[in-house]
Amino acid sequence: MKPENSEDKKYLFDKPASMKILAWSFLLSLVLLLALEFFIHKHTYFPSEEWPEFYCVFAFVGFVALVLSAKYILRPLVKRREDYYD
Amino acid sequence: MTEVLPPAAIFIIGGLLVPMIKGKWKSAYMLLIPVVGFINLINIPEGTHWVVEFMEYDLIFGKVDRLSLLFGYIFHLISFIAILYAIHVKDDVQNVAGLVYAGSALGVVFAGDLFSFFVFWEMLTVASIFLIWARRTKAAQGAGYRYLLVHAAGGLCLLAGIVLYVNQTGSIEFGYIGLNGLATLLIFLGFGLNCAWPLLHPWLTDAYPEATITGTIFLSAFTTKCAVYALARAFPGTEALIWIGAIMTAFPIFYAVIENNLRRVLSYSLINQVGFMVCGIGIGTQMAINGAVSHAVNDILFKGLLFMSMGAVMYRNNNKINCTALGGLYRTMPLTCICCIIGAASISAVPLFSGFVSKSMVMSAAADGHMQIIWFILLFASVGVLEHAGIKIPFFAFFGHDSGLRPKEAPLHMLLAMGIAAFFCIFNGSFPSYLYSLLPYPVEYVPYTVPHVVGQTQLIFFAALAFILLTLSGMSPSEMRAVNVDADWFYRKGSGLFYRVMDISMNGLTRVADRVIAGELTGSICRISQRWPEVLCLGVMIPLWSFTGARGKDLQGKIERTRSALQTHTSPIGISAAIATIFLVLIYLLM
Repeated sequence: MKPENSEDKKYLFDKPASMKILAWSFLLSLVLLLALEFFIHKHTYFPSEEWPEFYCVFAFVGFVALVLSAKYILRPLVKRREDYYD
Repeated sequence: MTEVLPPAAIFIIGGLLVPMIKGKWKSAYMLLIPVVGFINLINIPEGTHWVVEFMEYDLIFGKVDRLSLLFGYIFHLISFIAILYAIHVKDDVQNVAGLVYAGSALGVVFAGDLFSFFVFWEMLTVASIFLIWARRTKAAQGAGYRYLLVHAAGGLCLLAGIVLYVNQTGSIEFGYIGLNGLATLLIFLGFGLNCAWPLLHPWLTDAYPEATITGTIFLSAFTTKCAVYALARAFPGTEALIWIGAIMTAFPIFYAVIENNLRRVLSYSLINQVGFMVCGIGIGTQMAINGAVSHAVNDILFKGLLFMSMGAVMYRNNNKINCTALGGLYRTMPLTCICCIIGAASISAVPLFSGFVSKSMVMSAAADGHMQIIWFILLFASVGVLEHAGIKIPFFAFFGHDSGLRPKEAPLHMLLAMGIAAFFCIFNGSFPSYLYSLLPYPVEYVPYTVPHVVGQTQLIFFAALAFILLTLSGMSPSEMRAVNVDADWFYRKGSGLFYRVMDISMNGLTRVADRVIAGELTGSICRISQRWPEVLCLGVMIPLWSFTGARGKDLQGKIERTRSALQTHTSPIGISAAIATIFLVLIYLLM
């Protein structure tokens, strides 16, 4: 489909400008989401849900805890060479 | 009832006829099967149909109610999508296996008695195994055998439970069973194995990534969802399921983080999503069951879509599927990439995508029941879904580092199949009332409230922020070519241990038996049986000869002749007869 020397072709995310737009819109969304918290009335089931920015903090901390525990605890325990079962 | 057929029959008979049809018509014929099946299905009224008397029992091939109908609809839809996706496959083994497999799933869903249920349940295993073996690699062969053995064990467990249960209750009707006693526990575990419960799960993560590109689409849809259906039918509200489901949602996400093979990541993700369903069935309220069933429908679509996008990547990149080998494919496979992102958004429960309207029902049901710990586990698992399925799958295949691969876009039929699945992912998410109207119970749940939308969006964006910061700081686990041992270690390495134990014990026993029985015992019996006649005979004859006057060389000669006669078994008849007579006289005297 593409010519042989397609390495030179610039695709969407190869362009610094589009990356910049993406990064800024992402940051803007984060700020907006943090701010929205104060304008909505939450229907909570549990007291902890009422903490300010509960979902933001939970997601961030949960994600980091998940990735780091998988990397530093699970992987050393279970990782074997690719031909381990052969 | 004469115009409609049992849904399973259309697929199974239709599937078995596939090899008879040649050329271009084959594709059209195969696509027609789910279409005809669907038209047939919507004409079947609710109720009990196709009752066949067998021995003293009634076999029911059509228990049609709202629960079985919904599974029937989605099984037809995913069959059509999977057949379209696989339309390039010329291998009839796969074509027949796929259709018979789908038919067996329909058989399970519409079975009204335990006997026909069990037969279709076992057919699921038998048909699906060919979708694994058809890859024709050494790894697929091994994984297929393990899959077969594990499912055979699960099937026997289920059969034992059914036999005990029928013996106790006297009825083979398949309805609510409930957990009480050994019989129901065995049935429960039999379902659990197909449902990939923790520790019973490794058949799934072992075999699905080894199956053929197109076979995995079928596999991801039927076996586990049939088990979800069976649990929803027989064990709703069983408390153990709440915890089993919660653990299922949580433990695979850790494995998914460090897994290199993207189809294996999706297999762990499959267990995680089925966990939400199992948990919902365990909670057992109307909303929870609705949540579990609607999530099963959505999962079939978005998991199918994700497997299809990864399959297209494999198809166009010479079967490469590891994170370490892929990256940057959005450049030349943009449509596959978009489909993959739609699947990822659906599984991550992004508002307007399908996961948002079904997973939240299970979580709300948990919250309504004041199950705080369960709710937190499910929320944590939702963050985990974002990590492995929402971000990792699209990122490592289509973005990330540029692998330099510039493959062609997926073929048209694959794009169409993915397009249909993607359409339903968005449709179910954006217009949930259609899906809700098909659920077993009336739906009062409203997914689109401002706090729910904002809360879920916050969850997604801040998880994404964590991903970006971890990646930029180099703290994300690097992708590496490795095997991560799971519970299948026990039988994969355990079988080696078993072999050695058997080798030492059984072959040791053989060696001992050889030495003692063959080497020594028979030799000594032989020696004794040669020696004793000689001792007996000479013991009688020597005094007799001495008495008759034989002395010196004469006596020595007699002894030598007798001994050689006995050794060569050529003793004179007179001596034999004399010994026999003495023997008889002795017996006579002793008695």
